[in-house]
Amino acid sequence: MYPLFYSFCFYLFGLIAIASALAFVTRRSPVAAALWLVNVLFCLAALYVMLDAPFIAAVQVLVYAGAIMVVFLFVVMLLNLGLPGELADARGLLAKILAGLAGIVLLAKIMSSRTAVPIESLMLRPDSLATVARIQGAVAPVAQPLFTEYLIAFEVTSILLLVAAVGAVLIGRRRAAAVEGVGAG
Amino acid sequence: MIGGAAPVWAAPVWAVPVWGLVQLADPQQPPGPAAFFSFLDVSLVYTVVKLLIVFTVYMVGVALLTLAERKVSAWIQDRLGPNRVLKGWGQPLADGIKNFMKEESLPAAVNRPLFLLAPAMAFVPALVTWAVIPFGAPLPLPWGRMDLVLADLPIGYLFIVALSSLGVYGIVLAGWSSNNKYALLGGLRSSAQMISYEIALGMSIIPVLILSGDVTLGTIVQQQARGVWNALSLSVACLIFLIAAFAETNRLPFDLPEAESELIAGYHTEYSAMKFSLFFIAEYANMVTASALIVTLFFGGWTVPFWAAVNQPPWAWWKTVITLGAFLAKVLFFLFFYMWIRWTLPRFRYDQLMSLGWKVLLPTALAYIVIVAGATLGLDALGVRRGVGYGLCLFGLNVVLLLIVFFLVDRGRIVSPASARVRSAELTRLRAVRARSALAAGTGE
Repeated sequence: MYPLFYSFCFYLFGLIAIASALAFVTRRSPVAAALWLVNVLFCLAALYVMLDAPFIAAVQVLVYAGAIMVVFLFVVMLLNLGLPGELADARGLLAKILAGLAGIVLLAKIMSSRTAVPIESLMLRPDSLATVARIQGAVAPVAQPLFTEYLIAFEVTSILLLVAAVGAVLIGRRRAAAVEGVGAG
Repeated sequence: MIGGAAPVWAAPVWAVPVWGLVQLADPQQPPGPAAFFSFLDVSLVYTVVKLLIVFTVYMVGVALLTLAERKVSAWIQDRLGPNRVLKGWGQPLADGIKNFMKEESLPAAVNRPLFLLAPAMAFVPALVTWAVIPFGAPLPLPWGRMDLVLADLPIGYLFIVALSSLGVYGIVLAGWSSNNKYALLGGLRSSAQMISYEIALGMSIIPVLILSGDVTLGTIVQQQARGVWNALSLSVACLIFLIAAFAETNRLPFDLPEAESELIAGYHTEYSAMKFSLFFIAEYANMVTASALIVTLFFGGWTVPFWAAVNQPPWAWWKTVITLGAFLAKVLFFLFFYMWIRWTLPRFRYDQLMSLGWKVLLPTALAYIVIVAGATLGLDALGVRRGVGYGLCLFGLNVVLLLIVFFLVDRGRIVSPASARVRSAELTRLRAVRARSALAAGTGE
């Protein structure tokens, strides 16, 4: 319809996402870093909308920005993790060099695969998503394969998440019990 | 939705940052400003007009709501309420001027950028959610039909859930950036509370989606116009949604983030003047949005009950006026309901809040999804046609379910009096004690 305005917005969101991602990894305060990450997620959601995937965009905001990052902020605030020194994962010169090398390798890999052609069966015709969305609405194109073709994978994933949740509760309870035992003794 | 017709890979990478330059350089773009501004068609003009009108009405309405809250509380507590500036009607204006004139305090120890950002982040999600709510029948105009909804997104309901999950950021950031222990406690409480109730909120709407078969709010409204209101056919979901919506807007009995008796003023303890006022406005904006959502999802939206002609095409201006009035009346009722509850019920204790959310609302909502899915499957198999009869069948089921839910939630506290749970001998003893103490105090009954 209006390609110029469209591509302007698309690359604008892309640039904001990259800038926010850089801010996210360079901030020392965990709260500021978390908020920059929320900004990245938002920009990605905007890009999804522009690529005719509004459902993915909504789920992105709902799950990542609305739930996971809020829980993350909650923990950061509750434990008052304000001191960056204690939080840094990469300690020492060697660790930093290794991490930097790994980053460069990853970047090189991504750059080299940019020219590679995706598998034919995974490619969609241009506009096919919009056509499907017009006929089926925004949710059905995702829901249909999810609950028919990939049902087993979907259910197994949910069990995996359940196991993770139960495991977290178990570990938490054991620690609490140990602390209580120390207090009583 | 901006253009499926414009695949992004067709645009050259360099055709990005500056419009004018890009237009000169882009060979695909027809020359001249007319082509560049081709997106300025009548629908865009409609959108701008609707935006201006809705925003103005919304903000004036929110201002008047602060007055309405004080008048309703006065009425409930049997006193007069604001009656000075223009017999009370100018009170919101006076409050606004006062807040602009007051000194803005910026405590030394706050995290400055977040402290300034937080009030806006509390306010914006409530405002933006309003974009997808349809508020009247389409208006036929000489230049084409004007749909009375700002953006009829294909993901309507998901958009609402996504945005309502962001409302918590303003409060949490205000609490944390204030560098004040009471504010932090308020922020922590609100993040835990809103995450807990968001789940119940999301789950309670799934039965609505099962009935309507689509996530756009226009479809949900039309489905209710054809059958009965979801409040009847899905009463349990309506109840859960109502409770969760109260918790999401941090209104009494769920106002723990700013519990005055425990936390001074909670997350906005350190805020003054207009920044405080923005939190205040955000609370009322949230109330308006939540009321509009309840109306749209469960009470037929803008449609008028028992008058099918108004809810169907051919559209006319008088139908728009009537449906706008119907929507306004329904929203105003729920705004009054919010205030009514606030001045009636005391605040929950924190553990009560959590156990209500996780142990009562969430399991009920989950079980209800299964029951509704099974019921619709059964009714479809029996050959009941979608419509009023279908809704009434579901209503019958809901009456039974509501009785069971009330009985289980109540645990013999309201339905049966407290005295029924005490042995009769114990009751006689307690009554004797009470009589003695009343005599001792000299206030015998």
